[in-house]
Amino acid sequence: MSNELDYLSRRVAAGKLSRRDFLGRAAALGISAPFANSLLSSAARAAGPVKGGTLKAGLVGGESTNSLDPALMMTQVPFAFGKCWGEMIVELSPEGKLENRIAEEIGSSKDAKVWTLKIRDGVEFHNGKTVTAEDVAATLERHSDEKSKSGALGYMKGIDTIKANGKEVVLTLKEANADLPYLLSDYHLIVQPNGGKDKPDAGIGAGPYKVKVNEPGVRHVGERFANYWQGDKMGHADQVEVVVINDATARTAALQGGQVNMINRVEPKIVDLIKRVPGVTIRNHSGPGHYVFIMHCNTAPFDNNDLRMALKLAIDREEMLNKVLRGYGSLGNDFPINASYPLFTEIEQRKYDPDKAKFHYKKSGHDGSVLLRTSDVAFPGAVDAAQLYQQSAAKAGIKLEIKREPGDGYWNEVWNKQPFCASYWGGRSTQDQMYSTAYLSTADWNDTRFKRPDFDKMVLAARAELDEAKRKAMYHDMAVMVRDEGGLILPMFNQFIDATGPKVAGWVEDPHQELSNGYALAKCWLEA
Amino acid sequence: MSSPIVKLVAQRIALGVVLLLAVSVLIFAGTQILPGDVAQAILGQSATPESLANLREQLGLNQPAYIRYLHWLGGVLTGDLGTAMSSGQDIATSIKSRLWNTLFLAFWAAIVAIPLAITLGLIAVRYRNGWVDKLISGVALASTSFPEFFIGYLLVFYFAVQHQWFPAISTVYDEMSFGERMQAIALPAAALTLVVLAHMMRMTRAAILNVMQSAYVETAELKGLSAFAVIRKHAFPNAIAPIINVVMLNLAYLVVGVVVVEVIFVYPGMGQYLVDHVTKRDVPVVQAVGLIFAAVYITLNIIADIAAIVANPRLRHPK
Repeated sequence: MSNELDYLSRRVAAGKLSRRDFLGRAAALGISAPFANSLLSSAARAAGPVKGGTLKAGLVGGESTNSLDPALMMTQVPFAFGKCWGEMIVELSPEGKLENRIAEEIGSSKDAKVWTLKIRDGVEFHNGKTVTAEDVAATLERHSDEKSKSGALGYMKGIDTIKANGKEVVLTLKEANADLPYLLSDYHLIVQPNGGKDKPDAGIGAGPYKVKVNEPGVRHVGERFANYWQGDKMGHADQVEVVVINDATARTAALQGGQVNMINRVEPKIVDLIKRVPGVTIRNHSGPGHYVFIMHCNTAPFDNNDLRMALKLAIDREEMLNKVLRGYGSLGNDFPINASYPLFTEIEQRKYDPDKAKFHYKKSGHDGSVLLRTSDVAFPGAVDAAQLYQQSAAKAGIKLEIKREPGDGYWNEVWNKQPFCASYWGGRSTQDQMYSTAYLSTADWNDTRFKRPDFDKMVLAARAELDEAKRKAMYHDMAVMVRDEGGLILPMFNQFIDATGPKVAGWVEDPHQELSNGYALAKCWLEA
Repeated sequence: MSSPIVKLVAQRIALGVVLLLAVSVLIFAGTQILPGDVAQAILGQSATPESLANLREQLGLNQPAYIRYLHWLGGVLTGDLGTAMSSGQDIATSIKSRLWNTLFLAFWAAIVAIPLAITLGLIAVRYRNGWVDKLISGVALASTSFPEFFIGYLLVFYFAVQHQWFPAISTVYDEMSFGERMQAIALPAAALTLVVLAHMMRMTRAAILNVMQSAYVETAELKGLSAFAVIRKHAFPNAIAPIINVVMLNLAYLVVGVVVVEVIFVYPGMGQYLVDHVTKRDVPVVQAVGLIFAAVYITLNIIADIAAIVANPRLRHPK
């Protein structure tokens, strides 16, 4: 960075030069606008957070049926508001490492079966009580109970016993799992007084904001919690507010009109228009979410690997990425893992190859058309994507027949029932979670019917392996197996596309979930 | 007042009650035909056969439909609308604030729309077939012909995004002052006004024009009254019945037809509440809201009928 630019960006951060002037001077120095913008934001971070004000987010994904019970959180609004009022045991840092929150230290026995969490001193709940090991243990117990209907139940089932012991919580697992700390970062596992057993939806946590208003489906307001244990890092605004705006146009209008400071889920097709609005910044980041076409490996004609391979080669990923996601995503490679996962290894990119597809199609001996089911709800643009697929497959001599299914009941009647359909996955935080959820023979959600005992063994072995290099190699082999023999056609990973209005500073890029993994309201601040 | 009129009114009300009962059967049957069931909707992508069976048992979905209908009807008659399946909240409590919001919006839209429509109708009659009449009719018809969401988005675009006079979203809540509330609902109220304006205006115009052909209007004109005085004193009172009818119909629309407008402006009213619960297959809430909408509609129609009867001398004093 040249000295002059450095000086200028500090002047902006100090409020002595307007953003517009800065961009103009930067352009004169031959600096492109995006780069100049990034200079600005780093200067603003360096200048330090500004305390005060009300930060408002207009978000899709809230309904009048939402509850403050963390076990029942499913959509974006409870998720994002939960990160404001709740504190986690452990969290994934934006760099993908583990960040200890209420747990000060996490250790395990050599076989990865017994785990010990040391609870941090001096973390306080909004009701004035100190967070104890008992609270943490009770939280984990509640989420392991079928009755809580917790979204984290699937992983919690693997825990055999939970014991609080002084300042420590000791977890014994049924089977070894080297990923346990990652599983504990699940957003449902907000630590509550006595685990929320008394009143699950009380909304009392240890996060940077106290729940002030809770009107499900309308708005949620949090007020800064004075005794938050990390007040210098989070909780800059005096008040945060989540307004539920499910309509995409209304959301963008609210950002443009200045009623909210940030929004989530900007539609890819309007990103280029929103970008031009003065003061608005698009915050896009690739995550683990992906759009897929799934074939049942055990159902004719998809039980033939040559046919599966033909269909994998007959999809033009580049075209789909550009036309459906307008470039806001990255190419998929027919296995569900990308760089946002720890221990990811690059594998050669599969390309559109009509000739090879033709070859495999002929070899499979299949005759006639292949029926692909799609729907608007499968993923945004799924119907267009299916049509693009139909055209690229036609060039390989494969006739795809498209059936558009109603959105109502798509997840009950089509997904995980019909042998070939469009769908999406939000991704998980570790490779083990992703493979265990959808690729183990026994998994309920094995939506490609990929039932391979040898693969199951690899999943279990990798789960128990504490040596990172060895695990990485194992995950590479598993990925190759899914890619070359599985029923997954993964054309693209989508991005989270959020947007912020003028004066919002301190945005942290985080690959795990939208809105800086839900922390945008807690971590950002309003420039004076 | 004479007894025939009391009888007529009583008949209307009884008819309304019967109609409401019939509607309740229809609503109940309709919600049973929806594809999928509540248990599936609640669990979504995460449904497994066991969890589905458990939840169905817990929600009492295994009982026959007529028993569930009678249970429900009994509850409604005693003021108990049940609890929402998806969130476990009491429906009557949740609906109260929502209904209040919807009525608030409808009230202010009506306060603007009805006098405006009738005045414009009167002006149109006064300058009938001239350019003023054509302009009023043209603009009103155009605004009605556009779908509500289009008008809504246009208003948002000009008044919220371009000029930022009014907020783009109309979230209202308890702590808001009256002024803030009014500012928040300005755009949705304007959208609703534009939607219902033409119907009332055209009906006023047509009804008065009809009366204008009569001999007593000619007499009034001949005795030298001004054109407006003729309309106001002689034509309008005689045209009031059809006007009340159309006003009531539109009032009903302001309450039950606001779903789209509420969703666009993110207004926390009944429409938004209904949409949220329809997508969750929360049958008790959908039934309750459906019934309230039906009750509003039927009540306003009865009022219109009764007003028409009372306003009509021939019905008031039958030979």
